[in-house]
Amino acid sequence: MSRHQEVRNLDYKDVLDDYDGYCEEEDELSPEDRALMTQGTITVQTALGVEAAKVSVAQIEESLWHYYYDTDKVVEYLIKKFINPPQKTAKPAPNPSTSAAPRVHTAGSSQQPRQDFSHLFKDLPWGNIPKDRETVFIPPLLPRIGLLGGSGSPPKMSKLQQLAAARKKKAEERAAQQKLEQTRTKMTQLSVEEQDRQKENAPSDGPFGKRLKTSESTAEGRKPLTTAEPGRSEPLSQSTPMALENSQHAKAATADSPKPTPEKAQPSAFAQVLFGPPLASPKQKLQDVFPLTYTDLSPSVLEAFSKPSPDDVVYAAQAKAGKKTAATQTKKKGASSLDAVASDVKGLKIEDAPLPKSRNLDVLSEFERSKSKKAASFVVVGHVDAGKSTMMGRLLLDLNVVDQRTVDKLRQEATKIGKSSFALAWILDQRTEERARGVTIDIATNRFETDKTVFTILDAPGHRDFIPNMIAGASQADFAILVIDASTGAFESGLKGQTREHSLLIRSMGVSRVIVAINKLDTVGWSQERFDEIKNQVSGFLSATGFQQKNITFVPVSGLHGDNLVRKSSDPAASWYTGPPLVEELENSEPSARALAKPLRMTISEVFRTPQSPISISGRIDAGSLQAGDPLLIQPSGEKAYVKSLQVDEEPVEWAVAGQNAVLHLTNIDQVHVRVGDIICDPAKPIECLDTFTLKALAFDFLMPMQVDVHRGRLHAAGRIESITALLDKVTGAVVKKKPKIAKPATVARVVVKLNSTVPLEAGQRVVLRSGGETVAAGLLE
Amino acid sequence: MRFVSKNQRLEAIDGETGVALLPVEPEDMWHAHNLIAISDTVKAHAVRKVTKTSSTGSTMSERVHTDLTIRVTSTFFDPAASSLHVSGTVVHENAWVNVGQYHTLDLELNRPFTIWKSNGWDSVAMQTLAEAVNDDKPDAVVAVVMHEGLANICLITDFRTVIKQRVESNIPKKRSQAQDTAGGMTAFYEKTLSTLLRAVDFSNPRPMLLASPGFVAQDFRAYMQSEGAKRADKRLQRIAKDAVVVHSSTGYVHSLNEILKSPEVQVTMRDKKFTTETALMDQFYERLRKDDGRAWYGAKPVAKAVEEGAVGRGGGVILINNSFFRSLDIPTRKKYVALVDRVKDDGGEAKLLSSDHESGQRLDGLGGIAAILTYPIYDLDEDEEEDDGEEGGGSADGGGVAVI
Repeated sequence: MSRHQEVRNLDYKDVLDDYDGYCEEEDELSPEDRALMTQGTITVQTALGVEAAKVSVAQIEESLWHYYYDTDKVVEYLIKKFINPPQKTAKPAPNPSTSAAPRVHTAGSSQQPRQDFSHLFKDLPWGNIPKDRETVFIPPLLPRIGLLGGSGSPPKMSKLQQLAAARKKKAEERAAQQKLEQTRTKMTQLSVEEQDRQKENAPSDGPFGKRLKTSESTAEGRKPLTTAEPGRSEPLSQSTPMALENSQHAKAATADSPKPTPEKAQPSAFAQVLFGPPLASPKQKLQDVFPLTYTDLSPSVLEAFSKPSPDDVVYAAQAKAGKKTAATQTKKKGASSLDAVASDVKGLKIEDAPLPKSRNLDVLSEFERSKSKKAASFVVVGHVDAGKSTMMGRLLLDLNVVDQRTVDKLRQEATKIGKSSFALAWILDQRTEERARGVTIDIATNRFETDKTVFTILDAPGHRDFIPNMIAGASQADFAILVIDASTGAFESGLKGQTREHSLLIRSMGVSRVIVAINKLDTVGWSQERFDEIKNQVSGFLSATGFQQKNITFVPVSGLHGDNLVRKSSDPAASWYTGPPLVEELENSEPSARALAKPLRMTISEVFRTPQSPISISGRIDAGSLQAGDPLLIQPSGEKAYVKSLQVDEEPVEWAVAGQNAVLHLTNIDQVHVRVGDIICDPAKPIECLDTFTLKALAFDFLMPMQVDVHRGRLHAAGRIESITALLDKVTGAVVKKKPKIAKPATVARVVVKLNSTVPLEAGQRVVLRSGGETVAAGLLE
Repeated sequence: MRFVSKNQRLEAIDGETGVALLPVEPEDMWHAHNLIAISDTVKAHAVRKVTKTSSTGSTMSERVHTDLTIRVTSTFFDPAASSLHVSGTVVHENAWVNVGQYHTLDLELNRPFTIWKSNGWDSVAMQTLAEAVNDDKPDAVVAVVMHEGLANICLITDFRTVIKQRVESNIPKKRSQAQDTAGGMTAFYEKTLSTLLRAVDFSNPRPMLLASPGFVAQDFRAYMQSEGAKRADKRLQRIAKDAVVVHSSTGYVHSLNEILKSPEVQVTMRDKKFTTETALMDQFYERLRKDDGRAWYGAKPVAKAVEEGAVGRGGGVILINNSFFRSLDIPTRKKYVALVDRVKDDGGEAKLLSSDHESGQRLDGLGGIAAILTYPIYDLDEDEEEDDGEEGGGSADGGGVAVI
């Protein structure tokens, strides 16, 4: 017969039966075991002697099996378990039919007392606990972890267990006292008469009075605990963490005791209502035990007393405020003084709370108090290659913001690609494209300090393609430096180019003070004629643009060599200039007024990743103020974020106000909701998102229904002029002509602009309209 | 688009003829969209779900392929998918559908449909049809308009500009670590390139424009070249080599106007419809800027000018967006068709601009209709105002009379 045949003829049933049989056999004892078992049983029985009758053979066998035929241990176990069991467990012998049963049973019984605990207390009368119900104090029936007789000695708790049990008991006691004390203090508040009643009650009510005493003593001992708290908890934000900690503390205490035990306390307000006014009459004295009212209290009611009492809150707050002495005193004070303290605490909280409306003032005064130096930012504008970046690089070098070594290194790199004269500009032009091409592309921000002021430099690109970036810079500036290339031919071309456009833009962005730095005068031998010629032309042109003459200053400089930047020029040819150098002129400029009291607005100029937060943003706060922990709304996404921390001038601070360039580290927000050009605002007073707006615009070019780019700071959106509703009078603003076909340059018109997307905009904001790479209009949102 | 019958001639079409057309490429759907107006009759293949109730009351539904003829009540065109849905009521009943029941036809490529104009084939409809069946179609031009962090990938066909894909990427701005920015730009180029290759079919060489302010387009082209070399991808290298870099002031789609009038584009794509349209619009804006009384926009002034015969021989041009004819009610449509006919009769030029081009969008901003006159008229809008004034004045007069 082949193997296949064999397999086919295989009787599976048979095989399986065999297998089953095998399994059954496994349950049975082997002959050797059986022999051992019989022998063991006999030995045990003889050892037990008379008592053997109390134990069945099966039990003996079972025990033998478990102790692996160690007759001595079995005897010990049996005596303990069945013959001389502890009194309480009168129940004999478990059911020996199944082998697993005893183990299951022991496991179950070890848990039983814990399970039944609550039932024991279920309808326990208040006080006067019957003797028979005081089971708690009986030692455990079975060891919790002990083996079945293991080492032969009676099962007992390990030292560690004992220690734990002792500690637990202590904690229980303490928690109980604590709670009692809390309840009592709470009661004290309810009425003044209560105290008299207490005096009356205390001596008569034995156990209660005793407890009262202990609670008082522990109350003293507990105090350091609360006063120690502020050390542990750095005030993150106001009172809530404190309360939290307190409750945590209480929770920890209660968690130590396995079950909440009802406390005996003064009648609650509710109880007083139920049982009538307590006190005075002896009749009420009887009632004040209230045995039944507390027996079936729901846990929620019990919990009401587990929370920190108002007193506790007050102590903690006081301790936090550094008035540790008050903590001990206020306890004895009346309700009125408590109120006073509470209001004090409220007053204390204001300082570092997240700002509701009224807090703006506080930040403001804080700001006024703390600021020793003015902060101002200025934008450096001018035609491309006028030497803006180089001049600023030289300024930073001369002010020691950048050290000579860095510049030498940059010069080396610049020489390598044949652009050694760009070394100073590279301090600000850090992008590879900027360096390779020798033009600034994006705004570079840097800062320096003089004796009086902290300045933020915004070095704008001069190239016409990057005017959007320049607008972003100009929108953050208080005043401007207009750099003009004095070298022959360059000034003239600049005047037609970005010199004109930039000055129009800065004016329409709201910059009113401008310092004109006439640069590269060294190339024309510091010629005063040239300086005056340029000065005349530029001042005429600037006043036509709308700058007041008193707000324009001219400084002849050499950006490359640093003449008249920080120090006066040493060149004898330049001695005709008697005015102050550029930095002094900067110091004389007053930053524009800040909209501190207005609701928060901040345009995001950059979004980046920092170790503090994956989403950090920077920008200038246009209006209002903010502080760490504040909720913010980001428009147009409409998502909420929180300020985790913030920095101003690279220093971590608690708050920031309008006019400062701040870096905010955000939490609770996804990156997709935060984009450059978005606006951060106060969630209570959010900025609206519009797709159509009316603009009172000054036209620089012909305006007609056409496609335009809308710029507001970093915000750059595509849209179109939907209609020109009116031409306005330049001075009075009265309507000159309705629905004109076009608006000519230098006229003021009211135009309706429709955007392709919704963007955050609001009335009073300055907006620039560009079309085809030209600035066509600028104006105020209506 | 093709005529289904080889014998069909444009000239043979008159008033009530039904024209059977076969769309063969996605662009044809756009033409169909322009051709099919409300209340026209369209017959096309349809798939209809028919529910039958048996004698026992159980229902059974099946999908039936049939030809349906409907009177159009609305059309919907999806420009991205180039699909056209035509809804209307059934006019010829068959075994499955009763007269008056609604159906939406999904016109499909390579399935013929027949169209009957409710008011006959007017000149505008004929012009649209002529454009639709014109075989001589240049290739679509790919244009990538970009600035830092934004790229719009568009396909400019003769009749419309389709924005295939928009790539947005957050470029870290300048902070102390300049490497971030460089890395950000590379990531942006990478994203743009992969999107471009996915969105546009480059199997046949086709012209491509890269436009941006500053150096973005230039750098992107350099990136494509280096990527092509790195991957040893001949096709990518060729695409990069053929790409034309143009200057634009922003990365938004409306910069296409600027791009299309740039000298580089004028040289390579002089004879394309969209470049002439852009040039026309620029011409119009130029005149408007000059304010010489020869450029007018808006329905009323243009109608008035045409009435006066000012848009005629010697440079008179009327510009109308084709969207104007799409969903207008019949009397209005007739009015505008008459306007176009009048200009043609006067010897002027009538240009139907595609509203799906940027030039058409610009015209849309002007109210969808504009005209360049042969001689200046200065008071066209003042008339309008006077009209308003007269209305106002009339009522005031009436009031005055009442008082007296």
